[in-house]
Order: sequence, then C-alpha cells, then structure tokens
Amino acid sequence: MLLLKCPNCGLSVEETELAPGGEAHLKRFGPGSSDDEFEAYLFNRENTKGVHFERWRHAYGCGKWFLAARDTATLEVFGTYSAQTTEPPADILARIRERTGK
Amino acid sequence: MSRRLKSGGRLIDRTKPVEFTCDGKALRGYAGDTLASALLANGQRVMGRSFKYHRPRSVVGSGPEEPNALFGIGEGDRFEPNQRATLQEIWPGMTARSQNAWPSLGFDVGRVNDYGSRFLPAGFYYKTFIHPRPLWKHLFEPVIRKAAGLGSAPTVGDGDHYAHQYAFCDTLIVGGGIAGLLAAWTAAKAGERVMLVERGAHWGGRSPVDGATIDGQDAASWVKSTVEALEKMKNVTLMTRCEGSGVYDHGYVLCNQNLTDHIADKSGPRQRLWRVRAGRVVTATGAIERPISFAGNDVPGVMLASAVRDFVANHGVSPGERTVIVTNNDDAYRTAKVLLDAGLRVPAILDVRPNAASDIINEIKSLGVTVHTGRGIAKVHGDARVTGVSVCLQSGDGTVLQEIRCDCVAMSGGWSPVVHLWSHCGGKLWWDEARAMFRPDPDQPPRDGNAQGFVTAIGAASGALTVRQVLADVAETMDTDMPACEDVAEAPIKPVWIMPDGAGPALRAKMWLDYQNDVKVSDVRLAAQEGFESVEHAKRYTTLGMATDQGKLSNINGLAVLADRLDVTIPQVGTTTFRPPYTPITIGALAGEARGDIFQPLRKTPMHDWHEANGAFWEPVGQWRRPYCYPQGGESHADAVAREVKNTRQSLGMLDASTLGKLLVRGPDAGRFLDMLYTNMMSTLNVGRCRYGLMCDENGFLIDDGVVARIDDDTWLCHTTTGGADRIHGWMEDWLQCEWWDWKVHVVNLTEQLAQIAVVGPNARKVMEKLGGMDVKAETLPFMAWADGTLAGLSVRAYRISFSGELSYEIAVPAHQGPELWTALMEAGAEFGITPYGTEALHIMRAEKGFIMIGDETDGTVIPQDLGLDWAISKKKDDYLGKRGQQRDAFQKPGRWKLVGLETLDGSALEDGAYAVADGRNENGQGNVQGRVTSTYMSPTLGKGIAMGLVERGPDRMGEVIKFTRIGQAPQEARIVNAVFFDPEGEKSNV
Repeated sequence: MLLLKCPNCGLSVEETELAPGGEAHLKRFGPGSSDDEFEAYLFNRENTKGVHFERWRHAYGCGKWFLAARDTATLEVFGTYSAQTTEPPADILARIRERTGK
Repeated sequence: MSRRLKSGGRLIDRTKPVEFTCDGKALRGYAGDTLASALLANGQRVMGRSFKYHRPRSVVGSGPEEPNALFGIGEGDRFEPNQRATLQEIWPGMTARSQNAWPSLGFDVGRVNDYGSRFLPAGFYYKTFIHPRPLWKHLFEPVIRKAAGLGSAPTVGDGDHYAHQYAFCDTLIVGGGIAGLLAAWTAAKAGERVMLVERGAHWGGRSPVDGATIDGQDAASWVKSTVEALEKMKNVTLMTRCEGSGVYDHGYVLCNQNLTDHIADKSGPRQRLWRVRAGRVVTATGAIERPISFAGNDVPGVMLASAVRDFVANHGVSPGERTVIVTNNDDAYRTAKVLLDAGLRVPAILDVRPNAASDIINEIKSLGVTVHTGRGIAKVHGDARVTGVSVCLQSGDGTVLQEIRCDCVAMSGGWSPVVHLWSHCGGKLWWDEARAMFRPDPDQPPRDGNAQGFVTAIGAASGALTVRQVLADVAETMDTDMPACEDVAEAPIKPVWIMPDGAGPALRAKMWLDYQNDVKVSDVRLAAQEGFESVEHAKRYTTLGMATDQGKLSNINGLAVLADRLDVTIPQVGTTTFRPPYTPITIGALAGEARGDIFQPLRKTPMHDWHEANGAFWEPVGQWRRPYCYPQGGESHADAVAREVKNTRQSLGMLDASTLGKLLVRGPDAGRFLDMLYTNMMSTLNVGRCRYGLMCDENGFLIDDGVVARIDDDTWLCHTTTGGADRIHGWMEDWLQCEWWDWKVHVVNLTEQLAQIAVVGPNARKVMEKLGGMDVKAETLPFMAWADGTLAGLSVRAYRISFSGELSYEIAVPAHQGPELWTALMEAGAEFGITPYGTEALHIMRAEKGFIMIGDETDGTVIPQDLGLDWAISKKKDDYLGKRGQQRDAFQKPGRWKLVGLETLDGSALEDGAYAVADGRNENGQGNVQGRVTSTYMSPTLGKGIAMGLVERGPDRMGEVIKFTRIGQAPQEARIVNAVFFDPEGEKSNV
C-alpha cells in the first residue's frame, strides 16, 4: 500500500485515504477541437511502465487534489506537488533526472 | 506403526490429557500436541487421500509446508476446511474431519483413478473434456464439480468474529527462531520500537530440536533467557501464534494472529489481523526441507527427515520403529541421532554422496548405523504403510542391490530458505549452486518510496544453515556482536532431484513432486515436452505448486525437473511468483468487524425514527435507507404504494426528500462555473427562481440532474440525485481544483445539514397556509420559485418544485428541526388525509409524468438528446462539459435509441429491462433488438401498465406496435406513445 505525502495538509498518508484520478497534466479540448485532439484528451493515456505523473485526491482527509510523480514499476515516489499547475515543478523533474537519468 | 514413546517430547505435557475426535472416533492426546502428532500417537498414519488419484497419504512435514494432512476442524458455524494437522493444536472437545475420501480414509472408491492414472496425465482437463460437447454439460462438469476443490466449503456463515489492529514500529521481525530473537535483541538495545512475531506457539524455531550451544548455554536455554530479556523491554512487542502473512508496497505488512483456534473457549475474537507499518521488515522465517523424488515417495511413512525428528523430540511420538534415512546432505544425520536417543532403530542411511565425510557422519557411524554411500532408493514398498525399500545406486538406472525392511523413511533433499516475504514486494533471488538453493539477493531488496530497501532477510531465510552461520549472518546484517558458538563443519550437499539419476518412465511415473496436487516427475516432463516451457505455464498445466501449500514443500524440485528436461539451469527456469498470504487466511479475518450491520455506515435522515415507528418498509439507496412504502394493517406493498399514489394525487401526500444532494455553490465566478457544469444556462437564473438542470461528463453522457435555485447574486443551491450528492460534489471540486483553479468559487455540501420535506397534492397549499407564517399563494410563490419564511414557527426555505406533477412544495429546515416540521405537517394535514409516501410512489408519479430518473433512463451511454431533453441544452453557450463529446458523429446518427412512452395492448405492465425485438439475427446468432424498457410500472392513477423505454427512432414511430421480450413467455406487444401519460399540459402543478 503506497504512502504519499499530501502537499496540501502535509501528512504522509496511506493509499486507502486517497482516491486515484488518473494521469495528470492532460490538456482539456472542448468545442472547436479536432477529433484527434478530443480523442487524445478523453481517451489516450500514457499507461507507462516507469515515471508517471498522476492525480490523487486526499479523499478521506483534507479533500484536496494533488499530483504525484511516481515510478509505476519500482513504486519510487519522486515527489508530490500542487494540482494547480500545468507541468511538473523543476525540482521534481531534477530529481527524476537524477534518479533515472532521463 | 506409529506410537507415543514412553518418555520425551519437549512440547507436550503428559499430565494434561486432551480428548478430541477425528472422524467421530474418540482420541486422546496431550496438551502441546498438534493434530498430526496426536494422530500418530494414536497409531493413525493415514491422514488424507490425494487429490487426483485418491492414494492414501500421511503427514510428510511438521510445519506450514504440509501438503497431505489436511482436515476440516470444528463444527457448524465454526467449521473450517483444509487446516494443516501439523499446525492445528488440539483442544478439549475438538472435532476433526478427514477430507477428499469417500466413503472413508481407509477405503476410498476414488482410488480407481490411481489404477487408471495413465489416463490422467498433465493437462488432462484440457485434453479430455473438449469433445463431444454435450458430454461436458451432462457428464464431465457434474463429476468434476463434485470432485473439484479440497475439503468441503462451510455451509453456514462464519460464527466467529475477528479483530483488526493497526501497529507502527521501527523494525518488524518475522520469525522467532534464534535469528529473529538475536535481531530483536539488537534492534531493541538500540532503542527502536520492535515487533517480533512468531507463527508457532513456541520461541526458538528449530534450534532446540537440532541442538547447539550458544554463549555457553544449550539452545533452549539461550532462547528462554533471550525471550525473558526482551519481555522486560518496553519498546518490544512479542507475539506468538502470529504469522507474518504478506509484505506490501512501501513497508506495509499483514500479520495474522491466532487467538482461539487452539483453545476450547471460543468467546473472544478468533483471530486478529495486524496491519503494520514498519520502517524496516526483517524476515527470519527459516527454511523448509525438501523431499526427494523416488518411486513411492508418497507412501504413508515417507516423511521429511526434519519432521521425523520433530515428532520424536517435540511430541514424544515415534513415526516408525525402523526408519531408513535417505539424504543428500549432513542434516539428516541429526534425525538418526534423535531416533537412536529415543531407542528407535535406524537400519540404514542411504547417502547419495559417494565420499561424504564429516564429524556428524563419523559420529553416527560410531553408533553402529550402516551408511551406504552413493546409494539411493529405487522403490518404496507398501501401500497404506511403508514395508520396506529397495536400494540402488544413485548413479544407476534403479537396479535393485538390496532390500531393507522398514516402516518409515526419512528423506532430506536439502533445505530451501523461506523467501516468500522477501519476494512478495519484489525482492530478487539468486541461485546458490553450492548450497543448491534460491537465496535473497541483498543488492536487490524490495524498495520503498525513497528507493531504499526495506526488507532484510536473515538467518536460514537468507540461506545460512548451521547455527553458527545463522548467528554470524545476523551479527553481520544487524551490525552487532555474535554470540559465542562452535563451528560445526558439514560436508557439502549434492543436489539430487530424482532418484536414481537414470530412472526410466516406470519409476518416474511413481515419483511425486507435488503431493497435494498429485503432480509427478512424469507430469512435469510431459508438460515440457508439450511446449509448456515457461515455469508459469508448466505450473498451470500440471497444477504444480497450486492449492493450499503453494509449493512450499517441493516447488524447487519441480523447477529442477523442468530445468533438466529443458536442458537449462535452474536459475534459467526461475521461480513462479510468490504472492501473499504465506498461508491461507480465512476471509473473516480480512473482513474483521466489517460485516453485517457494520459492513458499511448506515445513513439515516432526521425523520428516520418516525419512518421506523410508522412501519416503513425500507429500501437501501446507497448507504441511505429510504421508506419504499408504509404498509398499513396487513396491506401488501403493492396495495400500500397504490394507496399512497392515489391519496397524493387526490388530496395530499408527503415525502422525506432529505437524501437529495444539496450543494451550495458560491463566489464571483459561480455562475460561470455552473454554466460549464450544466448543459443549460444557470448564470441567467433570477434570484428567487429555480431551474431544472442536466449534468454530463466529457463524453456527453448524462450523469446527474436536479433543480438549481439562485439564492443571491453570488450563490446557487444545486440539488443532485440522492446517489449523486457525494459524487457530484467531488466532480465540482475536481474541476475547481484541477482545471479552473483561478475561478473564485467554493462549494459546500449541505446535504446532511438540512432536512427536506416534499408536501405534494391538490391540498398542499391549504396545509401550508394552515401551518401559517408565510405567503404561499400562486402569485407570490409561483411554480419554480422559492422563498424563505416561517412555517409552524420554524424558519424554512420553501421551493415550489414538483417531481410528481402535482402542486408541490419542498420545504427545507435545519436537520435537527426536521422531525418537528414533519410532525407539524402530519397533524395539520390530518384533515386532508395526509399520506406519507415512499420511493416507489415517487417513482410511479414521476413515470406517469414522463420525468426521467438517473440510473433508470440513463446508464452511462445515454446523452440528454436521446431523452428528448434538447430543451434543457443551451444553444447559446460556447462550451459546457460534454458539449464537444455530444458533437461526435456517433451521436448524430438517426438510428439512435430515443425515449418514448410504451403501453401494452392489454393494459398489463411490461417487464423491467425487456428488449424490443427486431427482425433477423446479428453476427453472433442472437436475435436483433431495437430498444429496451427503462422504467415500467402499474399506474394506480391510470389503472394500467405504463412504461418508458429507449427505442430506435422512437419519437418518429408514434402509434407503432412493437414486441418486447418476456422471460419464459411469448413476446408482449406494446404501442409507442408519448412518455407523458398524465396531465400532459401540466395543469395540476401550475395552480
């Protein structure tokens, strides 16, 4: 069972306190978008074995969403960060580079 | 013949006899006996029948690896199948029942399978029962169903209860042998919070039986003094009968503690599941001895060498009078020593090693035991018990050199570390050629979220075998001083997987690898030959390593045979995946207290007690309980519902609507936000007014509906469905936090803060006016308006909205005042015959009006346009959630199923979920369909069946008669009609 730190309330919490929300940093496409763009937004997911950016909600806690960078194979957590961002913060990316060379 | 020895048995108390029964026979053991030792003491050797061939089987091991001696323990609601006799401690009054034998253990008709065993090779299920097809249904399946499965399932619910406990520690040590004890002592001295759990009832593991001198004391004394020292430390928790069951991500461990399985008093919780968060997990889980595959190695009386000495030393039980020992390593010589000490005879030791020499070998020889080197067993004689063995050269083809009479065979194929807990969460193994075992690779441990290894394997679990090696390993791994311990030099093991090396097909077909699943050497070789070369494929094809023992005893032997057949090395074959739990856990332990009434929380409205007191028949709605109807004086539910509908339509009804979701949305951007969430325009709603709204997901599918009220410039109150309250609240938070985080809006879920009562019917206004306090006239409070005011002295908010088509007010008050308002309405409404109604009357009245219900008319594939709700979809807005999705091609096609009303020609009701049949068949040969029923009721108002359904091009086919399926009957004809069956002009609500 994963342990993730909720950046909103500062607690390191069990997976059972959290609700998963799938891949993070999706760009929403609405009316006026092409079929390809809409398909990418609604259906196409990385489903990666390796570094993954994902959404979690501290559902049985503060109720806030946050984002996590995690390796889906090794379960290493590179960090959690605010949901109010469109891309991973520099320090998280640096840590991923340091740990994975990518 | 097995029997109780006159003396000895370090774990039993001969002053405390224990009476129990096995298959109805009264037997006696001693406190400290396991079921296996007690049965052996009573001369009962056959303890089970094998799964496939129904061969008589006896106990092979002395621990959790036992594959054969499985029993059903207990009676009635405390019966549990498949309990290992080697672990089950006996208690006064215990009942044990043998398994997999009919009519009895002694005589089992299933044994005919054995004589026809060449017809039951590996994969026989897959090969045999394909053709002819009809035989599957009528012959094969019923027979296999009867034969399948170990033991018999309990027939009644589990009468025991179970507890869960969370625990946190710095170091969790699993296994209370000398390795675990030394590790615990080391961690505890350093001030860590330590938990030490031991599966068995006793500390010390194998060391008291195998013998050693530690710090100048014998092993048992060292164990005793170490445990006493640990017990005095406040930072140490010690638990016996507590098995480390599984290691999970990021250092989560389940341990299952037995509390009452070993005693007659069953009043407390039966087991306690410990949910442990440990900084570090140390596995000191020991090792399990391996059998050797020789012909007849499953005849009762053939046992692991370690088990033979355990029964003698621990329980004072002799498995046999004359024991032949067959081994490929030095450890089995300890068994000879224990047997000789007990006055039992060892006619010979067959050691496959041609030139083995060591102190213990010399010692045993000096005691007069004949050691035949380079020899093995060609064949075991006997059926229900061993009568002798044929001796052969290990390097030969099985030519018999000598016959030896004996009644017990003690075998040792070496030891396999218990690496399960190490492996559960990804710890890797390496193959140690010299010791012939898979060992945990310390460089590839299971890792936590910071990529740090969090499991350490120590002692025998890491591959150390002698006491000195074990202590040295712990000292090095835990960085502590090693207790003084003499080195015992052992001659190296010689890996032997089948005996003899050149055994032909006839011998291989009687060499068992997996006793529990009746998998033989010949089966694994056949699987490889037929292309099941991957170890995971071979496992599933042969069932090697499945069922309750999961290959603990002999999986490595199977891998070795597979490797040999494929001509690759054992590490190239690899192991199958180790998965928790280590031994089976009863489902009740995992459920804990979460069963029955407290399986999940029960949500009650403020008026719940009134409903209960007034005879409500409950309907579960999510976690809520809502009255389905209120039957009176022996009335049927259908009659009660009809009465509730009629009284409401004709005079006055009342509904507890408190479960409806009530989400307050407030802020400068609230209107803009709601315009995105609802398909229609909410920002333009006037203060004081209400509007029905639809919510869709990004696919465009309808997910919720409800009435929205504009409270003030910045505030809207959104009603959701009962089931949607929490989901839609979460949905709103998701968009606000993760997409439009700069919009100034907040959402508060008020659902449980307010009681809400719907007052419904032609006399609704009269009862409101009678209660007094606010102006509810049509001019001041028109349809789809709301107002704050006072009713019966309570501050209320009244919404003039209707889900029934009647004149209707929904009145909200703070939750604690709900019962007061409800009672006031009941009293004031008495003169109008006010009738509380339940969910079924609500459903019928909404269906009579053609109002949709989320979950009935919608199923996650329906867009609002399918339901004729185009009027509730704004054409002016550039965007709302689902708009882009609804523009996709598939939704524009004319053949979509759309909402219509349906009326049978004879006035009966259609079946719920019935399909409208169409001509022809689809590519799967199934009849085509052109629609389905989504809601169907017998309307008390109209006196006939009414239904709503989705029908292909339905609105264009008004008046057409189509056919609907009926289970077990001919299709039923129904006419497509307008879905609004009652008061189509809406005159009743607009008054």
